[in-house]
Amino acid sequence: MTHWMKVTTTLLTTMALSWNAQADAFYDELGGEAGVAQIVDDFINEISYDREIFPFFKDTNIARLRSKLIEQFCEVSGGPCTYTGDSMAEVHTGMNITSGQFNRVVELLQNALEKNDIPLASRNRLIAALAPTRADTIHR
Amino acid sequence: MKPLSRLKPLSPLSGYSTGFVGSLLSLCLFTTSAYADGSRLLATSGVTSLSGAAGGGLTPWAVISGYGDEGEYSAGAFYTETATEAYRLNVKGASASYDNRVEVSAALQSFEIKGVAGDLRQEIYGIKTRLSGDAVYTRMPQISAGLQYKRLLDGAIAEAVGATDNQSGTDIYLSATKVHLAALAGRHVLWNLTLRATKANQMGLLGYGGDDNDSYQLMPEASALVLLSDEVALGAEYRQKPDNLSAFGEDEFYDVFVAWFPDKRVNLTAAYANLGRIAGSDDQSGLYLSLTTWFK
Repeated sequence: MTHWMKVTTTLLTTMALSWNAQADAFYDELGGEAGVAQIVDDFINEISYDREIFPFFKDTNIARLRSKLIEQFCEVSGGPCTYTGDSMAEVHTGMNITSGQFNRVVELLQNALEKNDIPLASRNRLIAALAPTRADTIHR
Repeated sequence: MKPLSRLKPLSPLSGYSTGFVGSLLSLCLFTTSAYADGSRLLATSGVTSLSGAAGGGLTPWAVISGYGDEGEYSAGAFYTETATEAYRLNVKGASASYDNRVEVSAALQSFEIKGVAGDLRQEIYGIKTRLSGDAVYTRMPQISAGLQYKRLLDGAIAEAVGATDNQSGTDIYLSATKVHLAALAGRHVLWNLTLRATKANQMGLLGYGGDDNDSYQLMPEASALVLLSDEVALGAEYRQKPDNLSAFGEDEFYDVFVAWFPDKRVNLTAAYANLGRIAGSDDQSGLYLSLTTWFK
């Protein structure tokens, strides 16, 4: 019994540690604090040049958007942050964002990630981590 | 005007009087100048299958052809060629879709047997509609239902090999497609399962139904791929087929493929296909090449 508890505990600890290591690696591959800030800056820059997406942000407080995006990207990539912004549903209500516009934003984020030479696996993991926000983002 | 040059492989089609294919093609031509990227993500068009439906190479998928999202049209054309030891098959056609909801396609298959002059042609008109889900974003797979009406233009061989019907046949299928983002070493993975009700012998090229079996059967088809990069997918496919003719046994199709999506206008797919027994020749296998261009 005790033996099995030990084995299980060791196993769970190992899994938790390797999970943490993986999460840290993901945040580190985005370049940590400085890297995520640069990705967010480039992402906002991509948005500001996009004919279809920019109009959604023309009245946005960019400094606040920047700090909330940094928190969000940091949190979902396993970094030491907590997203403190409004819920995705609250933020996007009244915007009537189409699924096509959501995909366009995904592409703009991809551009920013590529600009920062983020490896494919980390780019894909960030997209995967943010994809669930779609349900709370479109048609609201 | 650049995409026009890519139409060259399709020019032989003008020789055939297939009105629907013709009008789809002219639609593509007219929309060439007004080209705009569709809003769906790169590679979610799938490639074009042998029947003209969006899918893998051998089997249709639940994805809707092209890159059109909600409220958007999409139109494209394709050319596919495959050659085994004893046979050659080329397929040309076009498809159009609207709203990421409905896809229509038309294809002309031309099948040649080594040592036999002349080809054996079959038209396939397809419609597919997305019933629910989104392959990339929803937890449930994207589910679509489709129908393919096949008309054999040269039925003499089908009659000679013992097909019950050497004129036309209809396949009905249900497909489920799911993309798992970053699922395999950070690479996106896609799978598709299709269940097809069919009587077709060798996809219909040898007619529909036979002396061993003349009723609809459910055939499973499966594909899986991993996106090695943003633009390149590596995958494999399996397609079970009926075995209706006592004189000519028929096997499953398999392939492994590489699909390249340099941008939203073009897909180039190369495969090595194992097509089994075809009309008395065993172990037919060979290279498969397919080009799809999207004009809108």
